[in-house]
Amino acid sequence: MKHKAFKINRRTRTIAAAAMIAAVLAGIFLAGVLLGDELVQADFSQKGLQPSWEHPFGTDLLGRDMLVRTVKGLSISIIVGTVASSVSAVIALIVGVAAATGSTKLDHFMNWLIDLVMGIPHTVLLILIAFACGKGLKGVLIGVAVTHWTGLARIIRSEVLQIRSQQYIEVSRKLGHSSWWITGKHILPHMVPQFLIGLILMFPHAIMHESSLTFLGFGLSPEQPAIGIILSESMKYLSTGAWWLAFFPGLMLVVIVLLFDRLGENLKKIMDPYSAHE
Amino acid sequence: MRLEAKNVSFRYREHSPWILREISLSVEKGERVGLVGPSGYGKSTLLRLMGGYLKPASGEILLDGKPLPQKGVCPVQLIYQHPEKAINPRWKMKKVLEESGMFRREIMEALGIEEEWLSRYPRELSGGELQRFCVARSLFEGTQFLLADEMSTMLDVITQAQIWNLVLKEVEQRQLGLLMVTHNRALADRVCQRVVELSVETDGE
Repeated sequence: MKHKAFKINRRTRTIAAAAMIAAVLAGIFLAGVLLGDELVQADFSQKGLQPSWEHPFGTDLLGRDMLVRTVKGLSISIIVGTVASSVSAVIALIVGVAAATGSTKLDHFMNWLIDLVMGIPHTVLLILIAFACGKGLKGVLIGVAVTHWTGLARIIRSEVLQIRSQQYIEVSRKLGHSSWWITGKHILPHMVPQFLIGLILMFPHAIMHESSLTFLGFGLSPEQPAIGIILSESMKYLSTGAWWLAFFPGLMLVVIVLLFDRLGENLKKIMDPYSAHE
Repeated sequence: MRLEAKNVSFRYREHSPWILREISLSVEKGERVGLVGPSGYGKSTLLRLMGGYLKPASGEILLDGKPLPQKGVCPVQLIYQHPEKAINPRWKMKKVLEESGMFRREIMEALGIEEEWLSRYPRELSGGELQRFCVARSLFEGTQFLLADEMSTMLDVITQAQIWNLVLKEVEQRQLGLLMVTHNRALADRVCQRVVELSVETDGE
């Protein structure tokens, strides 16, 4: 029996791991959406309880179950992560392809733009943008979306440059196809793996930055059960010994981030096998 | 109709050494010309210049007395040495033929392309099989001149003979101009009506 278990090859294991992680993440997201608000209503008879079987993550000082609050918070984080990194990845794709395909001047401009966004400390830029957009969900989404595309844009630019120098592109041009046609039919299909992997590896950053923005008070509003809100609230009670208020939500945030990271790495190995040898 | 290079010189950058200097060469429609010479004398460069893939530093490339069209379908088509590089690895072979509108039964028959290859990816075909696709792709109606850059060097002798037989038949039938580069003098003598030695004209400088 034991022998048989070893025969599952690496590809199958990688795919299985990726599928499991995706299932866990989807489960948390759905749980957060489906759990009713009545579960997080204040109940002063249950106030400030330590973790127990009934309340695995304990309760806060308003008597709300911390497990439900954490799951709801993570669910919001996953939404923000998905939307913001999708927008960011699309920006990266457009900028990368435009820089590599367009004129030298456009390329210089795009590179300058990437350097500019990269040069400013992330958190400072995020706070500025989120604040300028009026905080809240919108501010966080815009802030995260317009700061995270730079790395991926660079990768896509260099990939497009490499593909564009291939002989079959030269041939295609001599067969009378336009630059748009070549970009659409020849180049973009080659960008799919980079795009998807870049997108998923952007998730953890987006989630972390959403939480830190909210923690610092520039993000989501206090009535939303976001992880950042939970963490910043719990800071007030840490000194009174209510360690579980920060410990479990913080731990879960780290777990989610790591899961997304592993999901991205696994997908990278499946779609781009050469990277497994790095 | 004739394709000609008139006093063409070429170097990659200013102040870098000249690769070609004051070269003149012309190919008539229906004529088969071979270009031979040692490595590094600019045979392939000359071919790429005549195909419009590179721009000469001085001199001009003329097709029927006019410069080559910059946009649109080019009547001068180049066939590369490595077919696996000249075909998009993510495309099935049918799409490769469709790209130039050459997904036609008669062309496939003429070049010995089998039906079942069409649904395969390039890495699932051999070099000789791929090269037939490259030739088929270049042989659309508007093609007047075919430039072959060591087209058969990577293939074994039997496949070489097959490919050349097929190409020569097509070239003959359509009265195309053919300019081929090779290191194989015997092949050039066999295929071409006229053989040009690049080393003599440039004198190594």
